[in-house]
Amino acid sequence: MQSDANKSQQATGRPVTTRKLDQFFLNLGDVAAFIGRFFREVFVPPYEFKEIIRQCYEVGYRSLLLISTTGFITGMVFTNQSRPSLSEFGATSWLPSLIAIAVVRALGPLVTALIAAGKVGSSIGAEIGSMNVTEQIDAMEVSGTNPFKFLVVSRVLATSFTIPLLTMYTIFVALIGAFLNVNANEQTSFTSYIQEVFGAITYLDIFSSVIKSIVFGFTIGMVGCYKGYHSSKGTEGVGKAANSSVVTAMFLVFIEELLSLQIVSAIRGS
Amino acid sequence: MSEKKNEPVIIIKGLKKSFGSLHVLRGVDLEVNKGENVVVLGRSGTGKSVLIKIMVGLLKPDAGKVIILGEDVETLGGKELDEFRQKVGFSFQSSALYDSMSIRENLEFPLVRNVRNLSRGEIDKAVKKALDDVGLAQTIDQMPAELSGGQRKRIGIARTLILKPEIMLYDEPTAGLDPITSVEINNLINDVQERLGATSIIITHDLTCAKTTGDRIAMLLDGKFARVGTFDEVFADKDERIQQFYDYKFVD
Repeated sequence: MQSDANKSQQATGRPVTTRKLDQFFLNLGDVAAFIGRFFREVFVPPYEFKEIIRQCYEVGYRSLLLISTTGFITGMVFTNQSRPSLSEFGATSWLPSLIAIAVVRALGPLVTALIAAGKVGSSIGAEIGSMNVTEQIDAMEVSGTNPFKFLVVSRVLATSFTIPLLTMYTIFVALIGAFLNVNANEQTSFTSYIQEVFGAITYLDIFSSVIKSIVFGFTIGMVGCYKGYHSSKGTEGVGKAANSSVVTAMFLVFIEELLSLQIVSAIRGS
Repeated sequence: MSEKKNEPVIIIKGLKKSFGSLHVLRGVDLEVNKGENVVVLGRSGTGKSVLIKIMVGLLKPDAGKVIILGEDVETLGGKELDEFRQKVGFSFQSSALYDSMSIRENLEFPLVRNVRNLSRGEIDKAVKKALDDVGLAQTIDQMPAELSGGQRKRIGIARTLILKPEIMLYDEPTAGLDPITSVEINNLINDVQERLGATSIIITHDLTCAKTTGDRIAMLLDGKFARVGTFDEVFADKDERIQQFYDYKFVD
């Protein structure tokens, strides 16, 4: 009996790995062209201000409740779990500065991006995917409106702008959660807590967090739009677009987190 | 052939289009005169939709020319293409109403984005008139998901008519609709021809639709127009592939 690989090799005359590699580079080319088109169209009028603002509201509104809860719990739980290690050295007074650094540098941006990837990324993928399947994108194009600008540019700008704001909000909520825990256990006052927190973080921390969040937002918006725009026809295509928007965006967020860690460490070291 | 002695507004010459090894259009020629309704008949997958998608620049042809209202569609781009598309209405098979917008917003969309300096009153008036024309004034504040297939189809047509196009392209206007609703759609297509004086191409495999709406029928077989003429002329042909098409409708 012939294996599937052999069969498909016979069908195309080329081995499966070569075809898969070809496909990978073709996809990579598509992605590059898609991102390139975004940067070409973002600066050219007409600007879709109304749609951008509507999308910002959607992105923020959709994730606010979830982000408030997760941010608060993250701050509280992280504080509680860090306490035993520090108390071994009698250093629980370092808790606020430890938490501030962890939340501002990593947890805030990461938690926000992951929640947004799940909540916003999937809905962008599904919405644009279903518009693609039901010919709504074609309909927009033939009615004289550039669908790339109206749908993609507005959404990517909205996520790139709103997710950094949500990150700042998550950091704030996480620090409140942490304060409640610290206050309950160590009886630290709010004033000294704030003093400790701001003593620990630097401008570089805040600046790199904001830049990182813009990159996360851009990634989430871009992945959702790309997957939706290139979804295969049929309802199954919509599901796949939504699903792979989340998976790909989350994966890329972690890769970007790792890269930013290297870059910021290099800046800090120099 | 009973061609009207008018100037042709749609000229298609030697149009070819393939998708990989699948040759969909293999040299299509057609001329449509001003104010005429031409029905393109053919089996599913014979490239009927591809033909009208090429006509509005949604797809690029491999060879041949499409000249509509004196413009070579393939050479148009950017602003020129947008302006050209305002003169050509396209009714999609799936209606393609914007799900996230109400019926009012759906109808406003092409208007507010293409016609400048319209007052709120003028927009409302145009939307109301477009809805009245298709007999669905009561749906103005509903969402597309709340409407039936036939209603969606009519709203889709109303949305394209709001810009008063000179050319209308209908992709399977009666597909998936019951016979009574189909008759309403057929009447609407004829109404558009009479009131707006629009030139239309109607893609279908519904013979009733073809007979009621078409001044001429063009039969697409194997990527070419095998026969063009009135309904009776086309089906007087002894070609087995054309007869099969006809026989299905009136099978015992």
